[in-house]
Amino acid sequence: MAILVNEETRLLVQGLTGKEGSFHTDQMIEYGTTVVGGVTPGKGGQEHLGVPIFNTVAAAVAETGANTSVIFVPPRFASDAIMEAADSGVSMIVCITEGVPATDMVKVKNFLGKTSTTLVGPNCPGVISPGKAKIGIMPAFIHRPGGIGVISRSGTLTYEAVYQLTELGIGQSTCIGIGGDPIIGSTFVDLLVQFAEDDETEGVVLIGEIGGSAEEEAADWITSNQFGKPVVAFIAGQTAPPGRRMGHAGAIIAGGKGTASEKMKALKAAGITVVDSPAEIGIAMKKKLEDGKR
Amino acid sequence: MKIHEYQAKSLFKEAGVPVPEAYPAFTVEEAVEAAEKLGGDLFVVKAQIHAGGRGKGGGVKLARSVEEVKDVAAQILGMNLITHQTGPGGKEVNRLLIEEGIAIARELYASIVLDRSVEKYVFMVSIEGGVEIEKVAAETPERIHKEWIHPELGLTSYQARNLAYALQLEGEQVKSGIRSLTALWKAFEKWDCSLAEINPLVVTESDEVMALDAKMNFDDNALFRHGNIAEMRDLSEELPSETEASSHNLNYIKLDGNVGCMVNGAGLAMSTMDIIKLSGGEPANFLDVGGVASADTVAKGFKIILSDSGVKSILINIFGGIVRCDRVAQGVIDALSTIEVKVPVVVRLEGTNATEAADILENSPLDFIVAASLKDGAEKAVEAAS
Repeated sequence: MAILVNEETRLLVQGLTGKEGSFHTDQMIEYGTTVVGGVTPGKGGQEHLGVPIFNTVAAAVAETGANTSVIFVPPRFASDAIMEAADSGVSMIVCITEGVPATDMVKVKNFLGKTSTTLVGPNCPGVISPGKAKIGIMPAFIHRPGGIGVISRSGTLTYEAVYQLTELGIGQSTCIGIGGDPIIGSTFVDLLVQFAEDDETEGVVLIGEIGGSAEEEAADWITSNQFGKPVVAFIAGQTAPPGRRMGHAGAIIAGGKGTASEKMKALKAAGITVVDSPAEIGIAMKKKLEDGKR
Repeated sequence: MKIHEYQAKSLFKEAGVPVPEAYPAFTVEEAVEAAEKLGGDLFVVKAQIHAGGRGKGGGVKLARSVEEVKDVAAQILGMNLITHQTGPGGKEVNRLLIEEGIAIARELYASIVLDRSVEKYVFMVSIEGGVEIEKVAAETPERIHKEWIHPELGLTSYQARNLAYALQLEGEQVKSGIRSLTALWKAFEKWDCSLAEINPLVVTESDEVMALDAKMNFDDNALFRHGNIAEMRDLSEELPSETEASSHNLNYIKLDGNVGCMVNGAGLAMSTMDIIKLSGGEPANFLDVGGVASADTVAKGFKIILSDSGVKSILINIFGGIVRCDRVAQGVIDALSTIEVKVPVVVRLEGTNATEAADILENSPLDFIVAASLKDGAEKAVEAAS
């Protein structure tokens, strides 16, 4: 099963002809993802990496039957690219672009609220359902098919966690980097809802960080919906100073709110195993799974 | 990005938010000139630093004559101002704002920030002006009135009226308040702010609703469309090492510990700091070198970390995904052959081609401590620092 992306994914790449777009499209095709088209205004009719290029998303969808789009366009064009994809009836959008203004995202989220499109990102590594399809920039080889869902606000830290799982022989159903910005498409809660219904997913790893209250909302949801699958969580930024943006636009302790300790407390109160050390994410999940089998 | 009060007030003025008449001054002479231009018999001399609590720290003073402005300006300029927001080190005052004194009837509060939980901007006002809003929020939250701004419509007329009446404005004050608050939203929207705060927002004795203070922070991601705002950046308010890092697109934040760290990715960089602390050490910095850890970025990273004399060891933690570990290893070796690093360097490389990378490091004549895992790396770096 997995969630969001699978063998049925027919992918469009917005910004395919750019440097990043080309490199990662090549990698996605190599992984076995069905890439059906690219969109670069002004380059319609050309072919790139053996993939047809269109001027507009609407034309690309009409021609190829694409159901998913991944966005590699520069930040100033990213919000428009998301809305274009949603307006063209694509059901799933992954925006990799880093540096999209918050005001643009406020408008995008309002726009998407009137559609049935799911957005992941921006400022994220993307989504992979190991063995099925990869949409994004994560190194594919660290993953292996299996039963753990991973949801994370980070990029390389997600790879670290996935690598730990794989090294311990624990595979993944779907891994989603939801992005490090203050306003993002899918949240922890949105994806927990989907993992709850996914038979293949036996447990979930949540990787949060300082700033905002998405982790607390996840804890509330897990409590009120009696999410029965084992969950292991880690929160990055336990040593981060307040008032400083720690790389990600959304990773900031503002007005004393959004600290790691608050989040860890909320998650623990929801019965989640919260590890203090990023080196213990994999081993904690292994223990949870073994305990469950007894 | 942050700007000074005088810069925010110039933007307020442009947007139609009433502010007192005022001039910035960089010297005592300019302060005197400013006071002469303003005229009148009441002046406020305000230190311009990127931190709140200036009044309590002695950075805001009243003067009743041009002569007094001269004395007060001489006192404040060059002083090391310590407030609850500057940290114990304080900040040197290099700029002043000389402002006309205003006859104040009431002090209020207004601000706009992003409410992440509902994905909208929220306009907050309170009749509790001049005090810390966090305190009001904690003790008397009912005294803060909020209006969430519609992403497409902006601040509507009825919302502006709601805000004005929540501030208990009366008669002519209502119209003035609506105009001022609406203008504040326009300014916020126009320049892609991440925060706009007026504390205090005052009602003058002539019933005008005016910004006596002004704070504006901007979304760094939107600066590309506001060249005039980007020009307002005051580098003297930032640590030179952090400015240097940002000029190379490296993300560096100095901390007080002794274990320097260099990591690819913000989340992994934060967790590396965390695991250093868990291993009994204190991180000296946050440094995200980005996805591509080339010899060049690694060399720049070393220079920036070593500019902090408190650093006693360095942990390099790179998870090679798209970037190959053997390339990173070579980058580290190349960097170390161009710059002198006198503190122990612990290297932990994991991911793509990690085995090849380990071979390159082992066979190098340079002196590294190679770590087998994240935990091992942190422990070795902490041990090397002590």
